[in-house]
Amino acid sequence: MTDPVIEMRGITKTFPGVRALSDVSFDVRPGEVQALVGENGAGKSTLIKILSGVYQADSGAVHMNGEAVHFAHPVESLKAGIAVIYQEFSLLPERTVAQNLFLGREPRGRFGLIDGARMRAETREVLSLFAAAGRIDPDRTVGELDVATQQVVEIAKAVSTGAKVVVMDEPTAALNEAECEELFATVDTLRERGVAIIYITHRMREITRLADRVTVLKDGEIAARFDDVPAPDAIVRAMVGRDIKDFYAPPATPDEIGETVLSVRGGGNAMLHDIDLDVRAGEIVGLAGIQGAGRVALAMALFGQTPFERGEVTLNGEVVSFHSPRAAIRGGVGLLPGDRKAEGLVLMQSVRDNGMLTSRAFGRLWGSDRKNAHADTGRMDGLLDHMEIRAASYDQDIRALSGGNQQKAIVARWLSMRPKLLIFIEPTRGIDVNSKAGIYHLMRDLAREGAGILMISSDLPEVIGAADRVLVMQEGRIAAAFAHGATEQEIMHAATGEGEVAA
Amino acid sequence: MTDRTDAPRDKRRLPQINPVWFLLAALIVAIIFMNPGFVEPTGYMNFLKRAAPLAILAAGQVYVITSGGFDLSVGSLITLVVVGSSMLTNNDPTATYWVIPVMLGIGLGVGLVNGLVVCVLRVPSLIATLGMMITLNGLAFLWSGGAPRGYLPDTFRFFGRELIRDVPLVRFIPVSVIVLIVVVGLLAWLMHRTNLGRHVHAIGDNPIAARLAGVAVNRVRITAFMISGLSGALAGILLGGFAGVSTDVGTGYELQAITAAVLGGAQLLGGRGSVPAAVGGALALTAIFTLLNFLGLPQPVRQVVQGLILIAAVALAMHRRKQTGT
Amino acid sequence: MSIAEDTPPRKAGFRFERWAPLILLGGAFAIYVVVAVATGQTQYLTFENLIAILSRSIALGITAIGQTFVILVASIDLSVASLISATAVLASVVMDGSPAMIVPAVLAALVLGGVVGLTNGVVVSGLKVNPLIATLGMSLIIQGALSAFVSNFAGEVPVEFQIFAYGEVGPFPVALLFLTAMAVIGWAVLKYTKFGSDMYAVGGNDEAARFAGIKTGRIVVLSHVICSVCAAIAGLYLASRLRSGAPWIGSDGVYDLESIAVVVIGGTVLAGGRGGIWGTMAGMLIFSLIDSVFNIAGVDSFAKQVLRGIIIVAAVAFYAIRSKRIVA
Repeated sequence: MTDPVIEMRGITKTFPGVRALSDVSFDVRPGEVQALVGENGAGKSTLIKILSGVYQADSGAVHMNGEAVHFAHPVESLKAGIAVIYQEFSLLPERTVAQNLFLGREPRGRFGLIDGARMRAETREVLSLFAAAGRIDPDRTVGELDVATQQVVEIAKAVSTGAKVVVMDEPTAALNEAECEELFATVDTLRERGVAIIYITHRMREITRLADRVTVLKDGEIAARFDDVPAPDAIVRAMVGRDIKDFYAPPATPDEIGETVLSVRGGGNAMLHDIDLDVRAGEIVGLAGIQGAGRVALAMALFGQTPFERGEVTLNGEVVSFHSPRAAIRGGVGLLPGDRKAEGLVLMQSVRDNGMLTSRAFGRLWGSDRKNAHADTGRMDGLLDHMEIRAASYDQDIRALSGGNQQKAIVARWLSMRPKLLIFIEPTRGIDVNSKAGIYHLMRDLAREGAGILMISSDLPEVIGAADRVLVMQEGRIAAAFAHGATEQEIMHAATGEGEVAA
Repeated sequence: MTDRTDAPRDKRRLPQINPVWFLLAALIVAIIFMNPGFVEPTGYMNFLKRAAPLAILAAGQVYVITSGGFDLSVGSLITLVVVGSSMLTNNDPTATYWVIPVMLGIGLGVGLVNGLVVCVLRVPSLIATLGMMITLNGLAFLWSGGAPRGYLPDTFRFFGRELIRDVPLVRFIPVSVIVLIVVVGLLAWLMHRTNLGRHVHAIGDNPIAARLAGVAVNRVRITAFMISGLSGALAGILLGGFAGVSTDVGTGYELQAITAAVLGGAQLLGGRGSVPAAVGGALALTAIFTLLNFLGLPQPVRQVVQGLILIAAVALAMHRRKQTGT
Repeated sequence: MSIAEDTPPRKAGFRFERWAPLILLGGAFAIYVVVAVATGQTQYLTFENLIAILSRSIALGITAIGQTFVILVASIDLSVASLISATAVLASVVMDGSPAMIVPAVLAALVLGGVVGLTNGVVVSGLKVNPLIATLGMSLIIQGALSAFVSNFAGEVPVEFQIFAYGEVGPFPVALLFLTAMAVIGWAVLKYTKFGSDMYAVGGNDEAARFAGIKTGRIVVLSHVICSVCAAIAGLYLASRLRSGAPWIGSDGVYDLESIAVVVIGGTVLAGGRGGIWGTMAGMLIFSLIDSVFNIAGVDSFAKQVLRGIIIVAAVAFYAIRSKRIVA
C-alpha cells in the first residue's frame, strides 16, 4: 500500500463560541478517491480550508509526503500541489479557456511576451484527458460555456498546475445525469494518473460509484472511517447519528391542513415551464432539485422578482400577478433569501432594524420609525425575545450575530407581516446543527398558525424530514411529487431525470 | 462556514462619541487661541454664518452618501441658483417672493433628474451627477450669456446677510444661522427618526436585501437625491446673500460637502451616515479654512489641505474598519 | 444560493457588447455626414477634414488610453485633468523658450506623472481608499499647489517642441501618428504581456487573481502609473499646442470626465475586467465626430457644454441600462 500524500493529524479548530473540528485525523493516498461526507456544518469545509491554508488550525499537524507543511495562504498550498475546486468557480468569465487555465503562469516566448500558440497547444493537451475535450475550444470565452463545461475547465486547471491532490467540493451539485457521468469519468482519469482526490459529497450513489475509502465527519469529529465502501445505510447512520424524530418538527396532521393558499396553473417564464403548484394553509411543501433546476427561479417568480410571463397564479382565492417583491409582499407573500449576507441582511444596521425592515417599508415614508401599522419597537423586541435571539442588545449591529440568530431576525421580519405564503430558501444553510432544530420548529409553528410554506433546500434529509410533501424540479419543470416519507434515492432519481417520472 | 456567536467586542462601544466633535473642539480652541475675539458673538456668529451653506449642503449630501451614491452636481447647482436668481429678480425686490420657491423647485427638480438617471437608466451616480454638473454649469453660462449681472436685491440677500438684533445672551443671530438650525433639525429628524431615514441606510447597506424585504428602493433613492438637490438650492440662496453673483460661486462646494460628510463618519458606498456629524464635519472644515486664513496662507493652499483631509479621513476610516473587522 | 443562480449561461455567437462601439461609431459618422450634407457644407467631408477632426482629440485620446488601464483594473482616475494642467505648466516653465531645456522638461513632466500615479496607486491599493475619493483628493492637491504658483500662462514652449502638436509627416500630423503608436503599444501590452493578462484578472475577479499568485496590489499601482504618465504626455501635447502652459487647460477640457466617458463608450466596463484600447479609440472618434457635428451645426459653446453633459450620461446609460444590477 502506498504512503499517504496528505496526512492531517489531530486537527482542532475553534471559532469564537464554536468548536468546528476537534482532534480530526485524515489522510489520502495517491491514486485514490477518498470520500469526505457529513451533513452541512459537520466541519468538512473547515477541514479543507485548513488543508489549503485559508484557515490555520489551533493544534494538529499537516504532513505532505511525510514532511510537515504549514500553509499560511492558499497560494502556498497551490504551489505545493493541492488544488481545491470550490462550488463557486474561480474562473474569469470574460477570458478564454486557455487564458484561465494559465492564469498567473502564462508561458513566455520571445521578449518575455506571452506565447499564445504554446498556451493554446498545452490547453488542448490538458483538455484531451477529458471526455469533454471535443466540446471545448481553447479560445472560447469561459462565460459562454455551460456550468458542467466550466467545471471541466476548473479541473483541467488543477491538472495543468500539476496538482498531486485535488479537492472537489460537491462537484455534482449543478450537474444533470449525463454531466455527472462525464464528471465521474474525469475523476477516474485523475485517479489513474496517480492524483489523490478528496471528494466531498452527501450523495450515496456517488460514493458507491467513485470512492475507495470513506471518512464521515459529524459535529466536528470523525464519526466513522471505512477502508472499503460500505452499504449506504451504514454511512447515513454514521452521518446523522441522532434521533430524527426530535430534530425535525412532527409533520402536519390532516386537520391542521386548511384551504389552498396558493395555486399556480401553467406558470412559466424564460426559466420555468408548465408550473402547476398548490400550497395549502398549514403545510410545508419541500422543493428539491439540483442547482439550476429552477427552484430559486420559481421562488423569485412567485415573489415578483422575475415574474411569470405565462399562466395564472391564485393567492387566497384571488388571481394575482406580482411584478415586484413589494407587490408580492403587499399581496401576502414572504420570502427568506438563500444567501443571508448578500440578499437578506442589512449588515451594518441593528438587529431590531433588520427585524423591522419590511414593516417599515409599508409604513409612511415620513412616518416615525418606532411604530407602524404592522409593528412597533416594543412588539418587535417581544418577538425577538420570543425567538430567543442571542444578542448583547437589539441595538447591536446584526453582523456580529451567529448565522442562526441572524436567520431568526429575518424570520421576525415576516412574523410581524403575517404573510399567507412564506417561501424559505435554504433556511438552514450555514447554521450550526443545534440552531437548525429551532428553525424547523419555527417553520412548523408558522404553518400551524395558518401560513402555507414553501421550502427550497439542497439538503435532502432536511427536505424529507421537515416537509409534509416534496416536489422535485428538473430543468424548469416540476418533475415529480412525493408524500412525506420519500427516500433520498427516489428524490435523487427524479431530480437528475434518471428513471421514470413518478406521480 | 462555521457560526460565530455574539462577539463581545461591541459592548465597549456604548459611550462612543463621534471623533469629529473632538476634532471640532480642538480646532475651535486653536482659533480662540489665535483670535480671542472668537468667543464674542460677532466672532462665532460670523463663523456660523459663513459655515451655514456648507453645513446645509453636507446635511443633504449625507443622504446620498448613506444611500450608497455621490452627488457631485450640487456645486454647479449653487451657481445656477445664484445666477438664475439674479436673472429672474432683475433688480426687482418684490420678485424675491416667487423666485425663491422657483429656485427650491429647481433644486428638487435637479435631484429628481439625478435620481431618475441613476434608478431608471442605471448610470452610476458619480457619472450621472458629474454629467449633471457639466450640464448645469453650461446652463448657468447660457442663462446669463456668460456675463452674470452684478447683484441681487436686498430682499433676496436677506437670508444670507441679515442679522436679527437685540437677541438676549448672544446679542444677534444671523438669519442664515436660523435657516441652518431649522434645516438641519428637520433633516436630522428625517434621517434618524423616520422610516425614510432607516430606508436610506438600508438601501445603502444592501440594496438587494432591501428590495427583497419590500423597500421601495427607487423611491427612497430618488428622495435622497431630491433632498440633496434641495439642500443645494438652499445653500445657493444663502450664498447669494453674501457672495457676489458669478459663474464660479459654487465651484468646489460638492467636494467640500463630501469631505464634510466623510469627516462626520459617513461611510462611502452607503450604510452609515449621520446628519449632525456631517454638520460637525462642515463646521470642522470651515474651522480649518479659518485657521489657514489666520496663518496667512494663500487661498489655493486650502485646496491642498482639503484634498489631504479627504484622503486621510477615508484612509483612517478604512483602517478602523479593518481593525474592527467588517 | 443567489438570485442569479438560475440564469442560463450566456449565449454564444453575437454579443452585442462586443460590437456596440462600432455600431455607435457608425451612427456618429452617419449623423456627421447627414448634418454636413443637410447644411450644405460638404467641404467637411474631405479626407483633410477628417484628419483635422482627429487632431482635435489627441489630448483626449492619450488621456483615455491611460484611463483604460485603470478602469480595466476596476479603479478610476479623476486627477488626470489637474495633472494635465500641472505637467503642461511645468514643461512650459522649465523650457521657457529654450530648445536645450526640452529634454529636461519632458523628463520632469513624466516624472511628475509617475509620482502622482504611484501615489494614487498606493493610496488606492495600500490604504484601501475608494479610488474616486483618492483621485478626487489628489486632484484638489495638484490644482491647489498649481494655483499657488501660477495664475496665468507661464513659461514658453520653443518652436522645436511645437513640432509635437503642429508637425506633419506627409498628410498626417505628428501627434496623430504618435497617438496611433501609443494605441498600438497599449493594445500589445494588454494582449501579449503577462502584465496585461494580470490586469484583466485583477479587474475581473480580484480574489481569483490573488489565488493564482498574482500580486494584485502591484498591478493596480502600475496601472495608475501608466494612467498618470499618459496624462502627463497629454499635458506635454497641450503645452506644445498652446505654446505655453496654463493652470486651467486640464479642467477646461473636462479631461477627467470625458476620458472616462470615452472609455465607457468604447465598451470597457466600469466594474473592470472587460474592454480594451480599440474600443477607447472608437469612443474618442465618436466624441470628436459629435464635437464636429456641433461645430458644423453652429451650436453655441455654452449649449455645447450642456449637450456634452447629457451625451456623456446618455452614453453610459446606453450600456448600463442593459445590466440588471442595482447601481448607486
